[in-house]
Amino acid sequence: MTRRATPAFTRVLGRQPLGIVFSAPYAVFLLALFAYPLGLAVWISFHDYFFAAPGAQVSRPFVGLDNYVAVLSDPDVRRSFVNVAEFLVINVPLTVVLSLVLATALNTVVRARTFLRVSYYVPYVTASVALVAVWLFLFSKGGLVNSLLGPLAPSPSWLVNGALAMPVIALFVTWKQMGFFILLYLAALQSVPRDLYESAAVDGANRFRSFMNVTVPGVRPATTLVVILATITGANLFTEPYLLTNGGGPDGASASPVFVMYQKGIEQGNPDTASAIGVVLVVCVLLISLVNRRILERD
Amino acid sequence: MRSKAIALSVAVLALGTTAACGGGSGSSDAASATGPIKVWLSNNPEEISWGKAMVKEWNAAHSGQKVTAQEIPAGKTSEEVIGAAITAGNAPCLVFNTSPAAVPQFEKQGGLVALDQFPGATSYIESRSGGSADQYKSPDGKFYQMPWKQNPVMIFYNKALFKKAGLDAANPPLKTYAQFLATSKRIVGSKAAPSAISPAPTSEFFQSWFDFYPLYAAESGGKQIIENGKATFDDQAGKDVWNFWRTMYAKGYAPQEAYSGDAFADQKAAMAVVGPWAIAVYKGKVDWGVVPVPTKQGMPASQIHTFTDAKNIGLYSACKNQLTAWNVLKFATSKEQDGKLLQTTGQMPIRTDLPTTYAAYFKANPDYRLFAAQAARTVEVPNVPNSVQIWQEIRDAYSSSVIFGKTPVDQAISQAASKAEKLAGQS
Repeated sequence: MTRRATPAFTRVLGRQPLGIVFSAPYAVFLLALFAYPLGLAVWISFHDYFFAAPGAQVSRPFVGLDNYVAVLSDPDVRRSFVNVAEFLVINVPLTVVLSLVLATALNTVVRARTFLRVSYYVPYVTASVALVAVWLFLFSKGGLVNSLLGPLAPSPSWLVNGALAMPVIALFVTWKQMGFFILLYLAALQSVPRDLYESAAVDGANRFRSFMNVTVPGVRPATTLVVILATITGANLFTEPYLLTNGGGPDGASASPVFVMYQKGIEQGNPDTASAIGVVLVVCVLLISLVNRRILERD
Repeated sequence: MRSKAIALSVAVLALGTTAACGGGSGSSDAASATGPIKVWLSNNPEEISWGKAMVKEWNAAHSGQKVTAQEIPAGKTSEEVIGAAITAGNAPCLVFNTSPAAVPQFEKQGGLVALDQFPGATSYIESRSGGSADQYKSPDGKFYQMPWKQNPVMIFYNKALFKKAGLDAANPPLKTYAQFLATSKRIVGSKAAPSAISPAPTSEFFQSWFDFYPLYAAESGGKQIIENGKATFDDQAGKDVWNFWRTMYAKGYAPQEAYSGDAFADQKAAMAVVGPWAIAVYKGKVDWGVVPVPTKQGMPASQIHTFTDAKNIGLYSACKNQLTAWNVLKFATSKEQDGKLLQTTGQMPIRTDLPTTYAAYFKANPDYRLFAAQAARTVEVPNVPNSVQIWQEIRDAYSSSVIFGKTPVDQAISQAASKAEKLAGQS
């Protein structure tokens, strides 16, 4: 059998050249808005860099690891990483467990299904600024939660309590993002074969055993995705410490790395150290995501 | 990846790219060029009203040098927007809302024009503002900002709440720290208001201008926090001020949690730290009185200094018609326009002899007299490198020790002073 020679343009452009045209906008988008800025941020982090007016004669010498040494020896930066680790430890497991349980419940519910799905999704599509106002009403010193708790209310109150501010933020973000993750799990649940549940029932499994032995393994790929997305979103925490605890308060207890980047890069005009924090953060998130994936995808 | 870290990098890209391909116009040609210019005004309605009227007057008399005014574009702060505009090369010619604390940064960026390059500029500034002008000189001795207007910070008190607490509302005991604390105790103890005073307990770098700095200016007899490259505020005056506020927070007279509305207007606090802008804001809402900030032993009002809370005018290097910009700047700070600014906004032009220059205004508006008298004794933020970073270090230390009581005051203030001094010494 003889092989027909493949035309040169097919070898270069593939069998469906039109596909390149369709995918090009997104490829350009990725390169221009993510890959190039990331590369530039890495470059900035190795230089004594500041923003200057066009035409201004400025020196931006290579400084090696100086910016990394500066940020890693800065107690405020180190604390922000500890803060965000505390956030992730609360937020990610809570997100996974609550999203899966609620998605499973929603999957079995017959009446008011659409209403319930929309209800869980509304916080996700609502602007954080509006939701923060509601949580301030709930968790401020004279707020609804403290009124209900009466003498059991914590002192100092939730948002100015160094031990409670970050957990409250973690709860807020869990609640706000849950609608999106429930949708992911609902989609995954549709691919779990019905006959597995029937087999489990025949074997005498109750609902809890069915959930643990059929549902949880059945949605494992979705769980990997949820964990990685929740980690990435959580590691980039900014709006909530900025608005809910008035700039990472109390006394820096809820300051996140991205918030410190904003302070240093934008407010204080030091984009070099801000970029160094950003690069460290990206590396940390990649490592955590890699570990998560290895753990969650192993048999 | 929907990463905010990456998003910030996008901002870096945008700024870096525009910086790379822009074209500077801070040349000597621009310094002598005339023609149309753009100016930015603060988004305060009264200032917009004054600004538009001023521009209309200018345009009526200068058809070839038309001025176009607009509000500063929306952003988290004006300084961020101006900083981005400098980097992008599209800053306007004049910004009538340039914060003195941001000037060192804008100057480092190459975004500001030294006004001294215009013939007679130095003498114009110094004759208009007198000795106060020195506070606005940069370390190289030049003026990169035109001292414009200030809002001397004083203490407003709610007369009705003071009466409710059984205090003398006509002559409240608020001169010394001891009196201020006793008055606060009376207000909170009598439940006249939940808090005696409610300065923002938040961590933004500028918040210290409205709790620590006015009292330090008063207690120290008019010192800036950094003088001749040395931090001053870890002296006894600084420690006394921090300890005073520490007591206010520890006793619960000032709340550790930010109030999401206006605590003074909503009667959640009986006092507020304000400038003359507050007169219009609280008119018809609160029956108020005003006193100077307290000092440890009490001082005559005529000797008390306070923070300026000034906003100045910057002439930006992206401007192609800088001579027109300078002439507009002089026009906008003329005696006549300053009078109109005072009339429209109640804010105090940084001028010598303010009460006598505009005697008719202060006669007709006696509420503003105390602020006008106070305007002669104001202290600005020091014009030093890394100004914003220095104020953030001070705020962080103050927050830790004074507001939340986690670090001893002496230790926190000493560490903050050491960091501030180091930062001020860097280029």
